Amino acid sequence: MGALQSLPGRPEYSDLAEKTGFSFEQIGVLHKRFKQLSHNEETLRRDHFNEIHDLAFNPIRAQIIEAFFDRRNFHQDGEGKVQEIGFEEFVVVMSHFRPPSDHMTEEQREKTRREKLRFLFNMHDTDNDGTITLEEYRHVVEELLSRSGTLEKETAKCIADAAMLEVASISVGHMLLDGFEIESRMTIRFLNMDTTTLCK
Amino acid sequence: SSSSSGLSSSSNSSSGGRSFRPAENGLLCLSFLVFFSRGFASHDVVSEKSSGTIQEDSHSQANSTAHKKTFPVLSFNYEHVRTPFEISLWILLALFMKLGFHIIPTVSHIVPESCLLIFVGLLVGGIIKATGEQPPVLDSNLFFLYLLPPIILDAGYFLPMRSFTENIGTILMFAVVGTLWNVFFIGGMMYAVCQIDAAELAHVDLLSCLLFGSIISAVDPVSVLAVFEEIHINELLHILVFGESLLNDAVTVVLYHLFKEFAHEQTITVTGAILGVISFFVVSLGGVMVGVIYGIVGAFTSRFTSYSRVIEPLFVFLYSYMAYLSAEIFHLSGIMSLIACGVIMRPYVEANISHKSYTTVKYFLKMWSSVSDTLIFIFLGVSTVAGPHTWNWIFVIFTVIFCLVSRVLGVIGLTAFINKFRIVKLTKKDQFIIAYGGLRGAIAFSLGFLLDNDEIKNLFLTAIITVIFFTVFVQGMTIRPLVELLAVKKKKESKESINEEIHTQFLDHLLTGIEDICGHYGHHHWKDKLNRFNKTYVKRWLIAGERSTEPQLISFYNKMELKQAMMMVESGSAAKLPTIVPARTAFSISKSREEEIRRLLRANLQKTRQRLRSYSRYELLNDPLEDNISEARFRKQREMERRMSHYLTVPANRQETPPVRKVFFQPEHKVYTYDDSESPRGRASPSCADDVSELKETPEKPDQSSTPRANRDAELKPKEQDDQGDQLKVSRCLSDPGPNPEDDEDSTFLP
Repeated sequence: MGALQSLPGRPEYSDLAEKTGFSFEQIGVLHKRFKQLSHNEETLRRDHFNEIHDLAFNPIRAQIIEAFFDRRNFHQDGEGKVQEIGFEEFVVVMSHFRPPSDHMTEEQREKTRREKLRFLFNMHDTDNDGTITLEEYRHVVEELLSRSGTLEKETAKCIADAAMLEVASISVGHMLLDGFEIESRMTIRFLNMDTTTLCK
Repeated sequence: SSSSSGLSSSSNSSSGGRSFRPAENGLLCLSFLVFFSRGFASHDVVSEKSSGTIQEDSHSQANSTAHKKTFPVLSFNYEHVRTPFEISLWILLALFMKLGFHIIPTVSHIVPESCLLIFVGLLVGGIIKATGEQPPVLDSNLFFLYLLPPIILDAGYFLPMRSFTENIGTILMFAVVGTLWNVFFIGGMMYAVCQIDAAELAHVDLLSCLLFGSIISAVDPVSVLAVFEEIHINELLHILVFGESLLNDAVTVVLYHLFKEFAHEQTITVTGAILGVISFFVVSLGGVMVGVIYGIVGAFTSRFTSYSRVIEPLFVFLYSYMAYLSAEIFHLSGIMSLIACGVIMRPYVEANISHKSYTTVKYFLKMWSSVSDTLIFIFLGVSTVAGPHTWNWIFVIFTVIFCLVSRVLGVIGLTAFINKFRIVKLTKKDQFIIAYGGLRGAIAFSLGFLLDNDEIKNLFLTAIITVIFFTVFVQGMTIRPLVELLAVKKKKESKESINEEIHTQFLDHLLTGIEDICGHYGHHHWKDKLNRFNKTYVKRWLIAGERSTEPQLISFYNKMELKQAMMMVESGSAAKLPTIVPARTAFSISKSREEEIRRLLRANLQKTRQRLRSYSRYELLNDPLEDNISEARFRKQREMERRMSHYLTVPANRQETPPVRKVFFQPEHKVYTYDDSESPRGRASPSCADDVSELKETPEKPDQSSTPRANRDAELKPKEQDDQGDQLKVSRCLSDPGPNPEDDEDSTFLP
């Protein structure tokens, strides 16, 4: 716990904890990671993310990184992108992936679901115009296929077209994610213990 | 003989069965039964006589050569074919029963099939006994070597890997810890009961009670499958109970042998106990390893089977069966070996074998497991009538009570512990269903049957049968209304869609990325690593040709397109597609633009067709039907682009959806029911080459200018409020349902 004392003091934590729902320990761990990523600077930039070795294999890494710098994910109804983020924004973006807590009302669950969907939506909507066009969706499929070693742009287009067609004929809105139970699928476990020393 | 006349009469009746009312059908079935078993029983009698006469015959034959008797035009020799004949008769009985139940719909809604089958078995056993014969008992050898493997293989091959791996921790907890708890609780409590003077059971010692506990505690996969399949419960609960029933085999095997040894020796040693624990790990992990080895060998073999397609399915079956038998040689867990083999083999084999072989594998597995299932329950009924019973009220009743109690306590206790680690917690309703779904079945009976013959065995057998009857009849019958009453979530309809696949993959990568950013190696990280390992090394060895580098999304898409094409051929193709009602267009685009879009789409889709054809390695003769398929595909493609252009010209929230034909494909692990004969494989024949040359390839011009305008028409504003109330969920279009995505996902190793 000694490490925590060198980090921003309790009041900031409790503020963040309230805002995002993380526990103190979890915020502490995240802060440590933040410092590790940013080499002890105050803010994170894109090239800091690019240094993460494991991300190199990820086909959608560009979009993931962009999501961190997207103002729409900061819960402040902002728009556009920023160049660097502080710890608060980092935690706020991470909070999208929190598992739903047990004692949630139906309303809160709905709210969480909507938030997560909005996060996903923002990831797809790269030109920030509030809609996902066929071109953007094609881009998603291309990215997914990009790491597979085949540069089948045409097939990617086919798949995206078929997908759009499907959506168009079935329902509007959530892109068929209704049955997806996204509040439980789009979560990762946040640890209370610090394991960052184990990873690069 | 009477039975053959019985057979022919029933076949006549079943063909004209539609004109009969269900009651008459039932009567006919029953009368057929009587004839049948009569004939069967009389066969035994006849065979005695005939064996006598045969000897006389052969004798007289020998004499006849000397005495020049007349040449026997017609002779009777039953002994020759006795065993296969009887086996076939039993199987036929099982099949007729199955048929009969489905013709009479009313009963099968209330009573699950397994109950009816046991009832039939009781009847048949009773009839056989009434004629003075000894009814056959469910021989343990027969059960474990021939009847059980098809069911397990069928279950393992179509195991939904995603839900299974996601819940593996919970499943293991229930299987191992839950079963151990059950064994010791039931064993201990029954020993306490045996101490009661009134029961006159003082001769049953602790070890025997523990042995009894180990036999009776295990949840039975056959019964669980039989009952759960009919209630269509949601995926999570299904996989929890079913997974538990599969994985507790290792525990059961170890404990059974352990206590049998101890009961024999009449002592428990500490070393024995420690060896037991070690043995558990050996049995389970060893079984899995055997399965994995056979699975890999099988996958490797399937790489070369393109040279002889017809025998491909046999490889799948034989390798799996050998895995089971090999595990049984060493007393390892055969069930786990079988499951492991099926799971490992499946993604690679499916990429390698032809479509026809794949269908064959699926149908045969379904067929065998169905027959096995039916036979098991019938025999269970017959054995009940047959076996010597020692009925002890106290013992039996307390057994049933303690089974229930221990199951409930075990589930509640374990769930309280497990929920700390789960993201999706198990609710009280879930717990109830899990506890209630702990059915016992034929495995318990067979294990009991293998005990050494003494009076305790009969006592145990009676209790086991009572528990089985109780769980299958009472719990099996009431679980459906209870599920309705408690409003447990049902299985969601299979809406396989390319969208869901895209989003699933997207989500996987996203979560892996977030985990990496967070800096801890979680579930997704390792899954991703395994997938990458699979892709770079394993697939190259085990999948033939260029399929080895095909990304999962593309193979998924191709599979769907294939099923779509087949579906169209089957139902008479595009003629049935209703014309699309042109809805009011808010935006209109010029004709030339429409043409442009059409051409682009056509070219894009065409390229996929080409790619699909390039995978064709099918070398049998061209059926005319195959030409139909490519023709249908061509038409479909035109149809698709026509629809595409329509969709692109209307805004997202239309008033009416185009009445697309309602199609419903059963998910992959159920079999298709086609109207006509089986459709041939969907992969194109070389004759499609001329279709290719027909369509000229449009050049890939930079369409940034033209398409954004058209795309704007197609944009979908994702709305927060749910809009899809009146939209038909059923309006499936061309990326239409084929298999359930959860069944179909094993293109990555761990989806």
